[in-house]
Amino acid sequence: MSNQDILARSATTTPSPQARNHAIPVAKLIDVSKCIGCKACQTACSEWNDLDFTLGHNTGVYDNPHDLEANAWTVMRYFETEGEDGHLDWTIRKDGCMHCQDPGCLKACPSPGAIIKYANGIVDFNSDNCIGCGYCVTGCPFNVPRISKTDHKAYKCTLCSDRVSVGLEPACVKTCPTGAIMFGTKEAMIDQADERIIDLNERGYRNAGLYNPAGVGGTHVMYVLKDAKDPGNVHLPVDPSISPLVSLWKGVTKPLATFVLGAIALGGFLHYITVGPKDEPVDDDDMDPREEDPDKLHHPHRERHESDVRADARADIREVRRNP
Amino acid sequence: MSSLAPHVATRPGIVRYKASQRANHWLTAIAFVLLALSGLGFFHPAFFPLTYLLGSPQWARILHPWIGVFMFVSFTILAVGMWARNLWATNDTQWIRQIGDVVMNRDDRMPPIGKYNPGQKMLFFALIGTMAVLMLTGIVIWRSLFGVYFPVPVHRVAVLLHAFCGFVLIASIFIHIYSAIWVKGSIGAMVRGSVSRAWARHHHPLWYREVTGEPVQHEPPV
Repeated sequence: MSNQDILARSATTTPSPQARNHAIPVAKLIDVSKCIGCKACQTACSEWNDLDFTLGHNTGVYDNPHDLEANAWTVMRYFETEGEDGHLDWTIRKDGCMHCQDPGCLKACPSPGAIIKYANGIVDFNSDNCIGCGYCVTGCPFNVPRISKTDHKAYKCTLCSDRVSVGLEPACVKTCPTGAIMFGTKEAMIDQADERIIDLNERGYRNAGLYNPAGVGGTHVMYVLKDAKDPGNVHLPVDPSISPLVSLWKGVTKPLATFVLGAIALGGFLHYITVGPKDEPVDDDDMDPREEDPDKLHHPHRERHESDVRADARADIREVRRNP
Repeated sequence: MSSLAPHVATRPGIVRYKASQRANHWLTAIAFVLLALSGLGFFHPAFFPLTYLLGSPQWARILHPWIGVFMFVSFTILAVGMWARNLWATNDTQWIRQIGDVVMNRDDRMPPIGKYNPGQKMLFFALIGTMAVLMLTGIVIWRSLFGVYFPVPVHRVAVLLHAFCGFVLIASIFIHIYSAIWVKGSIGAMVRGSVSRAWARHHHPLWYREVTGEPVQHEPPV
């Protein structure tokens, strides 16, 4: 399937079609200050994507399932923190793929086209091309992708790329009863967030702010956080970026190692052509120890050499010629 | 005609590798080729089509770690048997100092050395080191069996080390293969099991003296 809306493909060293690079970036804005933790978004996600996560165990918190799974692409995470005035702050964050502008999963993926980034910013997995290596998990700064235990493919939120491509909002956005999840152009979502942050600041949340981390080029899923100074409170990385280890692994290492291996192979070939091989040395008579010491003929370690065999064979042939 | 012991060598000459070692070496070599092809496929998009040599990219992902375990075990058996012969010995340092003479085929200037030359010994330890790290990091990044037991930061270190050691191993084997093509008579040693007296005397004089009990003629001064 050819799709000119795909601006970046994993494991592809030539440019993807750029005809649609004027597409307007989209974003989902999750306002945690409006979230009541009803899990309607989780249900809508399962419903639209036809996912049925395994029933887990109560781990003492409301999170259910306890973590993101191959068939649970979004999970409400419940946090009890101390607010600025010392009171209990119950914060619920809808966790899932952040749809990074610079996706670590796409950078790490070894399979061409298994991870793609659409012109509108959505990062999607193409399961047909997924080989199940889990490199996307290694590359992701947010620990989002999960490998299925049944088909060994990687899964995560698609930002309902199928719905968005036909002008619909993602299922979670559609179902959210409080309007905590919004969807639109990235620009509009940033404007929306700015208004909301001013509102929150006025209501006492002085550290309220937008989570759109620059380290990954910004994200197409953004949060309005009550305390943006400390995203760690809701288990978000403070300043996420693609790990330098991943950048090294998938960056200069690849062409450099390939070049060196090629150079070694070529160097060997040129050495053979110019300097040449070490030819198989031959026994010359004056080096044969039997000439010097006849006893050596019966040395226990003495083993017959090919030249001896050939000499015997020649003698046999002469014998046959004499007495046919 | 002298009788040959087929389980030792399949032709006359001085036995260099007995049948079990030859079988072990070539099983390790086949495993290495499959691992290098699939591993390069995972490493760089330019080599990704190589993963189809194992059936499909998915099959390459499934088979690569199992073949890796096989290579690790077969190489370990090989290495244990060759260990004592690969320790640094008389004249080895001098031989390395004269590596230029080795490369330029000025063999008459070389000091006599034992069963393995220092280049072979360095390869031996490079293989041991890289295969140990490849095995350990390979367990970490064996996603379907052990991946979940290690946190993501450990995976990041493991994939980088795995790629680096894979590169060093492939580069080392390139040199190993070229050396076998370069030094005529070597491939026969690993295929048929024996070398000629002249080959042993020329390339590994101290080993020749040890095996035959005969003095090495014109032994160059150390």
